[in-house]
Amino acid sequence: MRTFPIGGIHPHDNKEWSKDKAIEVLELPDEVKLPMVQHIGAPATPIVQKGDKVLVGQVVGQSVGFVSANIHSPVSGTVTNVDMFPNGQGQRRMMVVIKREGDEWLETIDRTPDHKRECKLEPKEIIAKIKDAGIVGLGGAQFPTHVKLSIPDGQKAEVVVINGVECEPYLTSDYRTMLERAEMVLTGTEIVMRAVGVERAVIGVENNKPDAIKHLREVIARDGYRGIEVMPLKMRYPQGGEKQLIAAVTGRQVPPPPALPISVGAVVCNVSTCVAIYEAVQKNKPLIERVVTVTGKHLKTTHNYLARFGTSVSRLFELAGIPEGDVKLLNGGPMMGRSVVDITAPLIKGCSGLTVITGEEAARGKELSCIKCGKCVEVCPMGLEPYILSKLAKLQKWDMAEEHNTVDCIECGCCSYTCPSYLPLLDYIRIGKQTVSTIVRARAAANNKR
Amino acid sequence: MATRLFAAPSPHIHGGEKTRRIMLDVILALVPALAVSTYIMGWRVLLVTAVAVAGCVVFEYLIGRILLKRGSTIGDLSAIVTGMLLAFNLPVGIPWWIVLVGALVAIGIGKMTFGGLGCNPFNPALTGRIFLLIAYPVQMTDWTTNVPDALSGSTMLADVKGSTYDAAGNIVLGNLNLDNIDFMGMFGGHMNGSLGEIASLALVLGALYLLWRKVISWHIPVAVLGTMVVFALCVALSVGGGALCYQLPLFHILAGGALLGALFMATDYSTSPMTHKGMLIYGVGIGLLTMIIRLWGAYPEGMSFAIFIMNAATPLINKYCRPKRFGTK
Amino acid sequence: MNPLILTVLTLGVLGVLLAVVLYFVAQKFKVEEDPRIDEVEKMLPGANCGGCGFAGCRAMSEALVKNDNIDSLFCPVAGGEVMKSIAGYLGKSAAEKAPMVATMRCGGTCQKRPKVNHYDGALSCAVVNTFYIGESGCAFGCIGYGDCVQACKFGAMSLNPETGLVEIDPDKCTACGACVKTCPKALIELRKKWPKNRAVYVACRSKNRGSVVMKVCKAGCIGCGKCAKACPFGAITIDSYLAYINPDKCKLCRKCVNECPTGAIVLKNMEPLPKEPAAPKAVESKSETANK
Repeated sequence: MRTFPIGGIHPHDNKEWSKDKAIEVLELPDEVKLPMVQHIGAPATPIVQKGDKVLVGQVVGQSVGFVSANIHSPVSGTVTNVDMFPNGQGQRRMMVVIKREGDEWLETIDRTPDHKRECKLEPKEIIAKIKDAGIVGLGGAQFPTHVKLSIPDGQKAEVVVINGVECEPYLTSDYRTMLERAEMVLTGTEIVMRAVGVERAVIGVENNKPDAIKHLREVIARDGYRGIEVMPLKMRYPQGGEKQLIAAVTGRQVPPPPALPISVGAVVCNVSTCVAIYEAVQKNKPLIERVVTVTGKHLKTTHNYLARFGTSVSRLFELAGIPEGDVKLLNGGPMMGRSVVDITAPLIKGCSGLTVITGEEAARGKELSCIKCGKCVEVCPMGLEPYILSKLAKLQKWDMAEEHNTVDCIECGCCSYTCPSYLPLLDYIRIGKQTVSTIVRARAAANNKR
Repeated sequence: MATRLFAAPSPHIHGGEKTRRIMLDVILALVPALAVSTYIMGWRVLLVTAVAVAGCVVFEYLIGRILLKRGSTIGDLSAIVTGMLLAFNLPVGIPWWIVLVGALVAIGIGKMTFGGLGCNPFNPALTGRIFLLIAYPVQMTDWTTNVPDALSGSTMLADVKGSTYDAAGNIVLGNLNLDNIDFMGMFGGHMNGSLGEIASLALVLGALYLLWRKVISWHIPVAVLGTMVVFALCVALSVGGGALCYQLPLFHILAGGALLGALFMATDYSTSPMTHKGMLIYGVGIGLLTMIIRLWGAYPEGMSFAIFIMNAATPLINKYCRPKRFGTK
Repeated sequence: MNPLILTVLTLGVLGVLLAVVLYFVAQKFKVEEDPRIDEVEKMLPGANCGGCGFAGCRAMSEALVKNDNIDSLFCPVAGGEVMKSIAGYLGKSAAEKAPMVATMRCGGTCQKRPKVNHYDGALSCAVVNTFYIGESGCAFGCIGYGDCVQACKFGAMSLNPETGLVEIDPDKCTACGACVKTCPKALIELRKKWPKNRAVYVACRSKNRGSVVMKVCKAGCIGCGKCAKACPFGAITIDSYLAYINPDKCKLCRKCVNECPTGAIVLKNMEPLPKEPAAPKAVESKSETANK
């Protein structure tokens, strides 16, 4: 069975807590807060004002420039505020607040339940529709999908890789999506293939989800999806990383930055993104909701919700019942998720799950000195030397950190996870990566001017 | 709400591996060899080991607390490992005060001077042993005191000393008479040597446990022993081949500290390279140097010096054997 | 020949030969260097802190010797007197520079700015700043893990465990600016150093609206503007709900201090002006502002 070539770890997947919970439609929220940044790139501009009436699917934030994404209202009602509010990390960001009244949708949106498979649109039309629908990578990176599907001149896509890996422990939203919305995933995949002009697509699924592999294969055979193959992958974190997945599926390694996946002919999409693409292209439905897992060992109940964006995360945690004592609330899973410290924050596009970890699991061990065991080097999926990178960042030796390729780091956290001395390796590497990236960009800009 | 909200950068979980657990694994892996040695050589093995371990732990505690003025680091159990390895490298009849001097050098000079665990460029136990070997050569090579009669005498490695070339350019292997050697006995521990290195079988078992626990990887032991085998084979062929082709390699692996060195001393984390490629180079270097010292050097055994020299080369190996960057060829 | 004589001869000849070679090589590769650089370097403090903008004291001395106009070069550690003597030695004119001192502008102690979460990562402000606002609700305040304390080469900074804030000893501070560069929240500013370490400054950097500030910190500037009105020298400006006292215009009259409803204006080493009889009223009006 295939997997990516170097590094990686095997954390307990902890999926048993929520994997058998069918997707439930969450009750409509009374109020939604919509951040104008839910994507990588330029923030959207709010185009509504206090007092405006909006319908479900109406644009409230207009994208600015190519690398940006529209924000649509997920509810119908009245705009009550356009102001700065804290996000999950407490940082104040521009948000549009809408008070819900009823549930009226834009008429252009096809709300019938039947599956519409046939798509005869031209690639350009498909990409335009995806752009209008404000679709971003729903795996967590939130990179605008239309940018990804616009193949630069002189390059050619050869294969579409669909990410059904969900290597992050605890999370099950993609798993449930593959089980319950397989037709949408597959039609979405067909649309992506059409948009980038390739004949072959591979859905990578880790072998800890045999049901999903079997179900997808059955649907492909039953409905005759041509050129789509389901590839079981050996369970290993971080297989869901874009570069790791491409290497696992195609055997080709994307060269170091600034090279993109297209340089080896691959276009990668998450399964949930495929569903969003299907809905946008076939049903004219913009991105207003997603499947989100609410999970944790000590929660009263765990769920896989279909929730509208902008719903307060406190509502989701409330429904699950947060245990008392020391807890860590995470937007995402325990390997790459971000700590949530302000639960008034809204659910955003990139949030595939909310994980609650408690007590001992949440607390970090005592830092000891590095024993040079080399385990971080062994597990690094990018072939870096985390112990050096961390030290260089601590000493602020940015030029040396750059020489040691700190910008290659994908922040998967394998190094910190595996360190027997509990060193916060990634904490410092992240500083190094950010600083060096800034330096590199500034240098490139200066060179361009000349 | 009695809930306290934690916040930290990702990752939020840990694999659960601890320095302490690794050290404990090494200690466990050394116990069978200790037991076999005690069975063969008597209770004094335990005494020497106890003195060495106690010395290392006490010196680490005192130096950390009084000289470096920081918290005690003995909880990580690394001092116990150093103590055991030091004892394993000593003859069983060694006076107790020499053991203590060795412990002081191992911990004081070999480890704490450089900042403690992980910062030492040389294996602390080896630092202690080499110091003793040079400072107390008589006691360190006295293989007769407190030893059962069956084992007394010189070590077999001393017999290969004086290997020379004859007039025709062929190698001549000293006084060694390989036909009289009981290889099975050597494997089980019936040979002369320092107290930890004789129990070959038990050492191999311990190393297999470490491999299974993923504390060490196969690269260094295989590279060291493999190089020694190949080297011995070449020597055997140049002498004349025949039965020597398997006798000489087997002899060199079983005799002296080859197994103890390759399996436990050379694999020490802080003094060995980080990448697998580096480990192989490091291992080959140790194997070569060991054989050169054994056959032509001034000392009968070269393992300690070979590891010591390659320890010095480790930073250099780390610099040139970096891991393969993802996406490059 | 006698081996002794032979040895002495060989070594002697060898020594002379090598000495000659060495002499010519040294001549060939000699680097012409102004001897004054060494002298100037001796006059500099030798801390190699980089406060002047150069890599170290040697680089600074070279610049001082080479440049005709040294107005822009200043060693904050040595101070004006030393710079004057260096300029005198080089026969150049030194720019007058007032002494400066680093000032930490956050008054959010643990009591006034309660912690709302428990941080459990690497103990570094820079790490905290990579992913969230910190343990209090204020996105602008002191994180309190002491990156600046580490950066200070003169032992002038310390972390007060009771307040959770960094404190600066003005007598030890050399205004080298290392802490200013380190603080991820840009809380530290080099301000004019008054005699007896007197100082008046706004100990807050929050650009949030007053209502937001008051929710998370009792010592924050709410941008009410009373201080700006009270200032007779026009030294105080309000920008993004935040007052700032311009150190070049401030004359330490202290009129602003009593005006501040939250105590965000800090007075150091000076007695505050006696409170006017109208002060109680002022307090009332403050609480009104607070309620708005």
